[in-house]
Formats: sequence, structure tokens, C-alpha cells
Amino acid sequence: MKLNRRLFLGTGIAASALLTAPTVWGQAKPKVVVIGGGAGGATAARYLAKDSQGALEVTLVEANPIYTTCFFSNLYLGGFREFESLQHGYDKMAGAGVTVINDIATAVDRAAKTVTLAGGQVLPYDRLVLSPGIDFKDGSVPGWSVDTHAEIMPHAYKAGPQTQLLKKMVEEMPEGGTFAMVAPPNPYRCPPGPYERISMIAHVLKGKNPTAKILVLDPKDKFSKQALFEDGWQRHYGTMVEWIGPDFGGGAVEVRPDTMEVVIDGEATKVDCCNVIPGQMAGKIAALAGVTDDSGWAPVDPATMKSKMDENVWVLGDSSAQGDMPKSGFSANSQAKVASMTIRGELTGSKTFPAKYSNTCWSLLAPDDGVKVGASYESTPEKIASVESFVSEVGEDAALRKATYEESLGWYAGITADMFG
Amino acid sequence: MRKGRSLFGLLFALGAFPGAAEEIGDADHGGGVFNKECAACHRIGPEAQHRVGPRLTGIFGRRAGSEEDFSYSKSMARMGADGLTWTLETLDAYIANPKALVSGTKMNYRGLASDADRADLMAFLREFSDEPQNIPEAEPTALKTNPDLSPEVLAIKGDPAYGEYLASECQTCHQADGSDQGIPSIIAWPPEDFVIAMHAYKQKLRPHPVMQMMAGRLNEEEIAALAAYFATLE
Ligand SMILES: Cc1cc2nc3c(=O)[nH]c(=O)nc-3n(C[C@H](O)[C@H](O)[C@H](O)COP(=O)(O)OP(=O)(O)OC[C@H]3O[C@@H](n4cnc5c(N)ncnc54)[C@H](O)[C@@H]3O)c2cc1C
Repeated sequence: MKLNRRLFLGTGIAASALLTAPTVWGQAKPKVVVIGGGAGGATAARYLAKDSQGALEVTLVEANPIYTTCFFSNLYLGGFREFESLQHGYDKMAGAGVTVINDIATAVDRAAKTVTLAGGQVLPYDRLVLSPGIDFKDGSVPGWSVDTHAEIMPHAYKAGPQTQLLKKMVEEMPEGGTFAMVAPPNPYRCPPGPYERISMIAHVLKGKNPTAKILVLDPKDKFSKQALFEDGWQRHYGTMVEWIGPDFGGGAVEVRPDTMEVVIDGEATKVDCCNVIPGQMAGKIAALAGVTDDSGWAPVDPATMKSKMDENVWVLGDSSAQGDMPKSGFSANSQAKVASMTIRGELTGSKTFPAKYSNTCWSLLAPDDGVKVGASYESTPEKIASVESFVSEVGEDAALRKATYEESLGWYAGITADMFG
Repeated sequence: MRKGRSLFGLLFALGAFPGAAEEIGDADHGGGVFNKECAACHRIGPEAQHRVGPRLTGIFGRRAGSEEDFSYSKSMARMGADGLTWTLETLDAYIANPKALVSGTKMNYRGLASDADRADLMAFLREFSDEPQNIPEAEPTALKTNPDLSPEVLAIKGDPAYGEYLASECQTCHQADGSDQGIPSIIAWPPEDFVIAMHAYKQKLRPHPVMQMMAGRLNEEEIAALAAYFATLE
């Protein structure tokens, strides 16, 4: 509250008055600006506005007029969802009391407490929430750069046209052709995401192009739900999927987009479709705001999601470095609720409660064969810590797997309603 | 498992971090326990190799007796085949008294009697296993607060604002408008039915793992507050 205190001293009012009646200060309502209208930002904006019942002025800045969820984008690749079913507008946000600005935030001045937009507008804030998702680390996959090669070897790791492009490329693969995925290094959004994608692509190829091959080139020697995925791949797709971990060269991969080759441990292989999922870091605006550290992510206080760099800034979702929670839409939504509770507490004096966080990630292996992994989390002084976890088991019966898949449909409907209204 | 008296533990006991989870133990002190008690036979770390005993890198979540290039006792191999997996609880029990858990173990160790030392050792060992951020199913890294004993929570029972905050966690999956596809509606239930169902999950009588976990972290007052809150939604 540095700036506020300075203003108070200037006008001669006791600074303590701010703490008891912050809402009446200077007549104006306290302003919260949220950058990024995805899983974390949309939830935070809606809960801030809804629960404060008009006591806060909440502005959401989002680059795109329509949000396309990464969650379930793999199901679209597999032919289980329409693309439009992944898309959500912001039309119900106004009803919840949120002002939505469709623009890109280009700068944050933390001393002046303002956000500058590409269109020139300058937004003052009392509290700032950043939930800008991820950006890609250039140079993480030799031979590939997001600016020049994403149209040839798509990442499809920010959902939208990239996802549509990847689907088209898979469908147009020649008979018996090879699909390769360059899997990302830790940490990245959605730990099971790349492997669910492999399952969905295998499902498409099994129907259309059963002699095709799938190569997964992985720098990690282990991944989430590995036993479940490997069992599912073998049961449903036989020998179609080959996973190559770091021991066999999966960690030393170069791509040649011009000749459609991947070079595995020095040996070039021709591929017909290549999905490059590069290393990741916090969405650029977090670095521009100066709230990231050397890791490329933004460290936050585990009990509140408040930035460790600035007491007026919160960082949610994929961009935050909080500890044990995986980077997921579920996590971002869960963190947003804690953030909006603590921000309201500071600005309107409403009660705050001990933070509770949770996450569940469902993955589809094949039609009606769903699995899940989940955990609950609490804060310790150092980080958000996992305190309990569960995972589906290999060998569960078909009825349970089907119920798990159906549950994921319910979750998607529930969480998107919770985010966008 | 009891934790050691770390600085954080003291702060927690004094209420400096309401709602905070307990640390497993003091990992720094646990490193000293490891050096004294274990390091003669075991190595741990990214480059660690087997010695007299198997390497302990990645121990949590691993089946007992499952490192391919190590020769275990028949007893240990059998325990693994029977399903023994190393968790904070099972490893703690093993180290407290190895032969009580695995009768014919080759590990020639009398056991570590001090609860605090074992907790600190677990905290140290845990640092060398999978990170939950990347492998969400990995063994937890802290101990969950017992919801029935938490004084912070008891002090706010019956608070409707608290009920609303708790409910926001349910609404990630269960829709506030009561639609049910794949996930049942939880609004407008008679409160008594709601309470009975939640306790059945808490006691793991109802089988669903997500719900067992969610209900397991709620105490009676919290369940009652949620039942009251959801009963009022239409
Ligand atoms: C293939 C795949 C499958 C997945 N499946 C699941 C799943 O099943 N379950 C699950 O829980 N999670 C899943 N995820 C992960 C999930 O999508 C992300 O973790 C989640 O979206 C993170 O939320 P966020 O708010 O941090 O970022 P995002 O949801 O990415 O939102 C960021 C928003 O900020 C906007 N933005 C960024 N910078 C600016 C700026 N400067 N100005 C204005 N706007 C800006 C972007 O346009 C975007 O809309 C999946 C991800 C992928 C890639």
C-alpha cells in the first residue's frame, strides 16, 4: 500500500483510516485490473465482481474476443468434440459486473500502478492480477522457432488455429506415414496433455491410416500417468506408438522444418507430420511487469497467490511458480478463488479463510476409456504442497473407465460455466 | 507421523500460518540423519548408484524390490510382488523396525526409534523423488492438516461467507444451476442426505476418489455449512 500511504500523508489523513474503511477512500471504488481472460483470469474477474457485489471496479483485459480452451482440445483432435464447443465468449462477464477490454497489455508500471494497452489506454489499479498463461522458450528445440516454423511444425499448445492446423495435418498424412511429437521438458502446462494427445491422434490414425506410426521424442525419463498411457496405447493401438525417452535419444532432438526431418541423437528421420511442444515460461507480460525470476516463472506467496515481488500484484495459473500444483486449467481456477478472496479481503475488508487448493486432470485414452489423476494441496510457508493424491489404476473395468470419461464431460461443462458464466 | 521441531513447525504451532499444512519434517536435519544412519550402505541423488543397499533416488512411489539391477532378498521381492509400495507411511514403518515389515530383509539395521529423526529423514529423502508439479500423482510433500482439529476452522463454523467460499471449490465440477451430465447435481438436496453422503465419502464407504479426497479435508461443521448452502440454491 505504498502509493496509498503517500497520498494519505499528503492530504493529512491518518494512514490507519485506509485499513478500516478502504472502500470510501477518495469516493472512487478500488480498482482491480485482471490481465488474461483464460482459466485463471476469467475466474478471478468473475469471482471478484460477483462476490464483492459492486464494491470493486473489475476490469478484464484479454487479447482475444473469444477464448478457445486448451482443455478438451485433444478431444477435438480425436474427433470427439467440435471446435466450436471449445470456444467461449465474454458476453456474460458484463452481467457479473466485469468490464471487458479486448486489447493487449503491453506494459505494467508497478510504481505508478498502471497498465498500458496496445491501443494506448492507461488503466490505473489498486490491485493487479496477472494470468497470461505461457509463452514458448525460443531455442528450446534446435531448428525450431515459434515465429518461423509454427505453420510447418505446429505446437498446438495454445488452442486455436494451431489446433485446427495440427488436426488437418494428421488427417492428410500419407498412408503408412510417420507422426512425430517433440514432447516438452518440465515444467509445462498440463503434465498429461502431450500423452492424451498421442492417444487421440492414434485413435484417428487407427481409423483412417492404420499402418501409420507415431513417435514420441521425450526429454523426460518419466511422465504423469505413464503406466496408464502405456497400457492404453498397447491395448488400443498395438505397436503404433513408440515412446523414445532420453536414454534412447529422445532428449537430444533437432528438427529440420524445411525437409520435414527430425534428428534423433544425430540420426535424421523423415516424418510426415511433426508436433513440436517447446519448453515454456510465464506469459510475456509477467516478465515485462518484472515479477518473474531466473526460472522464467513468477514466484508467489502460497497462502494468497500474491507475487513475492510486489504486494499489489497477484499471479495465477500457468505463469505462477507456487510449488506442487501442476499447471492446469483446474489449478488456475482453484488459485483464482483464493486470489479473489484475499484481494477482496484487502480492498473491502471481507473475511478471508485458509486457502484450499485442488486439481484433477482427466485424460481420454480411447472411446469411453477415461483415466484421471488428482491431488489436494495446502500452503506451507515455502510453497503450495501436495498433501494427498490419487490416480486411476491399470486394469480398471470398462464401466468405471466409461464413467470417468463421462465425469470429464461434466467437469468441462462445470468449469467453463464457473469461468465464463 | 510426527514432525520434527523445525522453525516452521513452531511458527505453525503459534498460529502464524493459519491453515498451513505441516512440513513432513526438517529436511536439513534429515540430511544429517541420512549421513549418520544410512550413507554407509545407500546413495541418493541424480547420479547415485547402488552400493550395499539400493540407491534411494526416486524411492517414493516405487514398488518394494523393483530396481532391476539390484539383487534383493526373497522377502523384499515378495513384498513388492504382493503390492508393497514405498510411501511416507510404509517407509517410515520400515525404517522404524525393518524386520517387523519385511521379515527376511537383507538390510542389517536395527531401526531408528526417534519419531522426530524419522520424520526429518523422510523429509530429506522426499526431496529426491518425483515433483508433484510434473507428476501430480507423486507422493505428497507435506502432511495435510487434520480438519477435525484445526482451531482456525472451528472458530469460523456456521459462517455463511465461509460456506460460500467452500462451495466455490465444489462448483469447479458441480454446476451452480444444477445441470447434471456426468457429474451429479448437488443443489436443493435435503441437508440431511447431503451430510450423510459427504460423511460416507469421508469414511471412504462411497468409492469415488475425487470425492473421498474433497470430503476428507472437511470437518463436520464444514460439511454442515455446505449442506445448508447448497440446500438454498434453486
Ligand atoms: C493440449 C492441452 C490440454 C489440456 N488439458 C487440460 C485439462 O484437461 N484439464 C486442465 O485442467 N487443464 C488442461 N490444460 C491446461 C490449461 O489449458 C492451462 O493450464 C490453463 O489454460 C492455464 O490458465 P491460465 O489462466 O494460466 O492461462 P490461459 O488459460 O492460457 O489464459 C491466458 C490468457 O491471457 C491472454 N493474454 C496473455 N497475455 C496477454 C496480454 N499481454 N494482454 C491481454 N491478454 C493476454 C491470452 O490471450 C489468454 O486468453 C491443457 C493444456 C493443453 C495445451
